[in-house]
Amino acid sequence: MTRYIIRRFLGLFPTLLIIITISFFIIRIAPGGPFDSEKTLPKQIMENIEKKYHLDEPLLKQYARYMISVMRGDLGPSYRYKDQDVNYYIGKSLPNSLILGSIAMTISLVLGILAGMISALRQNTWVDYLVMSVAIIGITIPLFVIGPVLVYIFAMKLGWLPTSGWFTGRYGWVTLIMPVITLSADKFAYIARLSRASILEILRSDYIRTARAKGLKNSTILFKHVLKGGLLPVVSYLGPAFSAVLTGSIVVETVFRVPGLGKFFVQSALNRDYTLILGTVIVYSVILIIMNFVVDIIYAYLDPRISYK
Amino acid sequence: MMKKILFLFLILLVVAGSVFAGGKKEAAKEKAEFLVWNQAEPQSLDWHQIEGVPEHRIYYSLGEGLVTSDPDTAEPLPGVAESWDVDSSGLIYTFHLRKTTWSDGVPITAKTFVDSWLRVLNPETAAPYAWFPADVIAGAAAYNSGEAGPESVKIKAVDDSTFQVELVGAMPAIVSAFSHYAFAIVPTHAIAKNPDSWTQPENYVGNGPFVLESWEPQDKLTVVPNDKYWDKKTVKLDRIVYIPTDDDNVGFNMYLNGEVDWAPEVPLAQLESVKLMDDYVVAPYLGVYYYIFQVEKEPVNDVRVRKALSMGLDRDTLVKKVTGAGETAAYSMVPPMAGYKPTPGVKGTIDDAKKLLAEAGYPGGKGFPEIEILYNTSDRHLKIAEFVQEQWEKNLGIKCTLVNQEWKTYLDTRKQGEFMVARAGWIADYPDPSTFLEMFGSGKAMNGGKYSNKIFDENMEAAARMAPGPERFAKLRKAEDVFITEDHGVMPIYHYVSQSMIDTNKWGGWYPNAMDWHPTKFIYKK
Repeated sequence: MTRYIIRRFLGLFPTLLIIITISFFIIRIAPGGPFDSEKTLPKQIMENIEKKYHLDEPLLKQYARYMISVMRGDLGPSYRYKDQDVNYYIGKSLPNSLILGSIAMTISLVLGILAGMISALRQNTWVDYLVMSVAIIGITIPLFVIGPVLVYIFAMKLGWLPTSGWFTGRYGWVTLIMPVITLSADKFAYIARLSRASILEILRSDYIRTARAKGLKNSTILFKHVLKGGLLPVVSYLGPAFSAVLTGSIVVETVFRVPGLGKFFVQSALNRDYTLILGTVIVYSVILIIMNFVVDIIYAYLDPRISYK
Repeated sequence: MMKKILFLFLILLVVAGSVFAGGKKEAAKEKAEFLVWNQAEPQSLDWHQIEGVPEHRIYYSLGEGLVTSDPDTAEPLPGVAESWDVDSSGLIYTFHLRKTTWSDGVPITAKTFVDSWLRVLNPETAAPYAWFPADVIAGAAAYNSGEAGPESVKIKAVDDSTFQVELVGAMPAIVSAFSHYAFAIVPTHAIAKNPDSWTQPENYVGNGPFVLESWEPQDKLTVVPNDKYWDKKTVKLDRIVYIPTDDDNVGFNMYLNGEVDWAPEVPLAQLESVKLMDDYVVAPYLGVYYYIFQVEKEPVNDVRVRKALSMGLDRDTLVKKVTGAGETAAYSMVPPMAGYKPTPGVKGTIDDAKKLLAEAGYPGGKGFPEIEILYNTSDRHLKIAEFVQEQWEKNLGIKCTLVNQEWKTYLDTRKQGEFMVARAGWIADYPDPSTFLEMFGSGKAMNGGKYSNKIFDENMEAAARMAPGPERFAKLRKAEDVFITEDHGVMPIYHYVSQSMIDTNKWGGWYPNAMDWHPTKFIYKK
């Protein structure tokens, strides 16, 4: 197991290297550059600017320069936001994305498993139908629809909540309500359906029958035996769910003005802010790779049938 | 049971939240806080590194040059300079500075101006707006292009309180231009101390009516009154909060929901309902929306075709039905301004257009190649392009395809001249006709349409070296006549209006004006 972990950890680096390299060259293919604007700059001024940021050098040299600086942990200057470097902006915005993402993940997990459990235990009753209908809605409506609809109802019509903002601002933590709901809707739904299905399957299995025959209490059976097995599919969904939280948060951050990394990700691409694009790509990749890695380990722990060599 | 508790909890959350939110909002309002939807996240607070309108709005709070501008007329008002005079040639301006300091108490002198202006022109600063001082100050272009040293720039500190600048040519609106951030002063002493972080709140030193209080990227930037400001008795607001979001629906919703006090933009889709609201403020704006022809591409290389296309577009219906905010149909590049009568432009009936088209070899539009209209992604540009497409097909029998490109791609295509017809817009940097015409000189960087005419160039160059007055305007007018009425190098469509949402019963000192400049020092709560 330890060996497996070390090997997976070392595998992270070549993966990242490939991602950075491909991204570095792909964004340079996109037409336009970071300093193009409605007012086309006179040639001399453009040259001054390109020289300042070493954009006048051959691409391979720029690549080497960038890789060396990344290895030192320096993601370079942002071409658009000129007062600070990419490290600063990522340091400022990543925690906000992580706060939002973690709350959304926790809520979808807790409520999703709860709903799945209730549904499974009350299979084919109105409770089951209700929970599953809600889940279908959560899965089918995209978050760029849920977000604005929530704003329309709860902010514009009812006036209960501010339209957008972040919890450090004047409106406080209530600003989190709508982004969290939007971001967790489909995750909640998936988790509810997954846990319902697997719990149902386990409830019918032999070892549960044995447990019942032994006269164990219902709650013991449920929490000790059913849940542990029933959660396996949910665990394997955690990796994709986490990446969905990250990518989904790009939309959610725009709709609710969350000062997170997703906003920088989108804007840096539109602005051709090469270093900021690469910086966000690196951060997202690292998070995704690590999450998948963690999920694999949890899976091994929960399911004794799996062994890693 | 579980579900009931959960449900109750959720309701509690929402109710508590709205009570909390409402309470906080009112408390904040008592302190005369002015909240601004500032569109984009500011690029920088180093005035030599900025180029956009959101940054310009912040500049009015944190910075001040020789002059500032009148909130009502956009005419120059004394800033750091108390008064100024100009010599008989109209080229040498002398500014008499007041005794004032930076927010950290360090005095501002004529040397501050010399150092700052040399910094913006220094090629190593790589200032995107350096072209502006380089264009107008004698010797500045040579320094900026690296051909000469800083000593070539004709600015000097006569003594601590006298600053002198020599211009390339007489420009009537030059004093007004000096209120622009391209002529800002920066605290070189504070920059030397913290070269990489001097614009952070803890290190920030400024000379505007406000100082920087906090700056959270993509969240908000706040400013509070500057104790050391020379005119601090005029400053009434206790705090200004600049809130960035690029998404105009998100920004506009904030205004509708009472979360900001000023929205500088109205989404086109909302216009109809917004026009009925009392706090909708619309004013003529020195800007023009136009289509560029790539004059080397067939068929628009033929002036008859260009004129026919122009006549084939009903601009009055366009501004009434499509844009609808009170824009005026434009036939000239330059909007009407004091003392300058713009060129009449190309006007004619549909029959005139058809006749021209026939002369060009396309009777009834027959044999006319399909025209491509290039525009960048935006609801507004799409609607306008669709209208033009429909008009040209209906009136002239010409087929068009619309080519949509994302902003940077579009800019690149336009710069390379890889288009037939492309949308464009231009906002005046200073109130003078030359700002609308200059860029179309032969071989200029912005001239993606490749327009070139010697008579135009000669008149523009002559005007640049003339003293202000009717003769200079006559040269500019001649240039515009050649460019628009004779050659029709671009097709003007409408002259802009600025649209804002602000409750002027509640906020004073904010006025609509032709430059859409709103110095915050004058804004107060009624």
